[in-house]
Amino acid sequence: MQYETESWSRSNSYMEVVVDPVEHIERLASENAVVIFSMSSCCMCHAIKRLFCGMGVNPTVHELDLHPTGSDLHKALVSLLGATSALPVVFIGGKLVGAMDRVMASHINGTLVPLLKEAGALWL
Amino acid sequence: MQSFKAAPSNPELYTHSSFCFRGDECSRNQTRFSDLGELEHSAAAFTHEDAVDLSPSFVFSLKSNNNNDNIVVLPNNLHHHGTFNPSAACLEIAPTTTGTSCVDTGQRHQQEVVYHQHHQQQQQKGAKVVVLPLGNGHFENWGDSAMADNSQQTDTSTDVDTDEKHHFHGLQHGTLSVVDSMEDQAKTKTGDQKTLRRLAQNREAARKSRLRKKAYVQQLENGRLRLQQLEQELQRARQQGLFISSGFPGDHNQLLAGNGALAFDLDYARWLDEHQRLINDLRSAVNSHMGDNELRVLVDGVMAHYDEIFRMKSVGAKADVFHMLSGMWKTPAERCFMWLGGFRSSEVLKVILGNHLEPLTDQQLLGICNLQQSSQQAEDALSQGMEALQQSLVETLSSATLGPAGSGNVADYMGQMAIAMGKLATLENFLYQADLLRQQTLQQMHRILTTRQAARALLVISDYFSRLRALSSLWLARPRE
Repeated sequence: MQYETESWSRSNSYMEVVVDPVEHIERLASENAVVIFSMSSCCMCHAIKRLFCGMGVNPTVHELDLHPTGSDLHKALVSLLGATSALPVVFIGGKLVGAMDRVMASHINGTLVPLLKEAGALWL
Repeated sequence: MQSFKAAPSNPELYTHSSFCFRGDECSRNQTRFSDLGELEHSAAAFTHEDAVDLSPSFVFSLKSNNNNDNIVVLPNNLHHHGTFNPSAACLEIAPTTTGTSCVDTGQRHQQEVVYHQHHQQQQQKGAKVVVLPLGNGHFENWGDSAMADNSQQTDTSTDVDTDEKHHFHGLQHGTLSVVDSMEDQAKTKTGDQKTLRRLAQNREAARKSRLRKKAYVQQLENGRLRLQQLEQELQRARQQGLFISSGFPGDHNQLLAGNGALAFDLDYARWLDEHQRLINDLRSAVNSHMGDNELRVLVDGVMAHYDEIFRMKSVGAKADVFHMLSGMWKTPAERCFMWLGGFRSSEVLKVILGNHLEPLTDQQLLGICNLQQSSQQAEDALSQGMEALQQSLVETLSSATLGPAGSGNVADYMGQMAIAMGKLATLENFLYQADLLRQQTLQQMHRILTTRQAARALLVISDYFSRLRALSSLWLARPRE
């Protein structure tokens, strides 16, 4: 699991560009094969991290409560998903998969593993 | 033989401890000497030489009953007390000191009793005779060393039969203690005294045990009435269609949440009945080799019915998540082996695989194995999430609020409680995810298998759970040594 915090803060100190949160989300999501937006205190986020690690995937985790513009990003996620409590949110291969229920449903019906392989997160 | 009933009903008669025959306690109004014949027998042989304790306050207290009866206190070392007959007369004992005056009542000799007849005050009442074991000497035939009853209610006291009892042989010296102005204290503790005390204690104990029995019976009666009331309430509630779950709802808060729990319990019971009916239809259809189309209808019906229970569970979780998680709506054996408020999908799949349904194609076998593996992984992930939740709750609740005393602590406490409340709110989400997992596992299995295979699989699952429920009942009804 990789936690992306330091590189962002470094880049922010140089550039005072205001980035649209949704764009920012999409940019972050496309940077890695599996991207999880989470909160460090959220237990469901912990569960989804364990799910991916149990499958052998190495997701990139963005802890929004530790992020400088985390609240903006969170609002953007809510608007993307259309749900009030959005986290955790998973992007695979840059594409939005959804929250915990979507991820689990796709895992049960067998669509998650092919998706992961396609994104290059899983090798068999 | 006469028996004196001596128990003044007046509480103020027992103010002095010398009147307490029991060592430890002296309850008022209770030294009722019902049968003083025992005293006579027990007092057969006295060798005491000491005078009895007859403190003035005691004697005064005997006197100070609020009726006009007089109490005559006679020493029982009056020997040859043949025809003592105070009952006929209204007597008032004049003050006297020991050994001064005598009264002439027949065959008495060497007694020092002074009686005055006092007509006016006590016309219809006899004198109450209190005869105390007094003085030294040797009693051969101790008569009425008894206490007269000064009870206003009972009239049994004053039958002092004079003829045969007052034999005091061998008395050397007698002292008459007068109620009105008794000043001397004779501190002789004779055997009489001890016997009196013991007998009084026995009576006391008997009386107390009677009182206890009465209180116990009263409590039983109350309990019985209460039980009747409760049964009536239960009857009424049942008629109104409420499902009263077993066990008594604890406190008020639990009652508030109890509505959601009760509603779910009722709905679940109905769901279970309907489920059994559907399964029986499916079983008869499978056994009768029904066509696939009709079978598919039945299978879809069972699947839709499963969707119904998951919907009900989510409603129940919103109402009372702890009740759902506790599994109190399940049988004990089910409850023991449940996971996150329901069955374990991976376990159900193992049951199906182990049951050798109609032969599975390779693809089907692969599908089922993958399904079992992914449901296992999902279950593990949710379990770890729950553990993390419990860990963080532990941290929140056990965080030290040992800061400076005062309002800061309260703010800390409330803050921590708010955080803990937020964490508890995620329980509902976990339960929802677990039910979702179960539902999706069943649906995926339905997709992988053919209609007939799915029908058999559903029968297998249903049989497994009904046997688990039957096991619960058997266990509860097992004979215990």
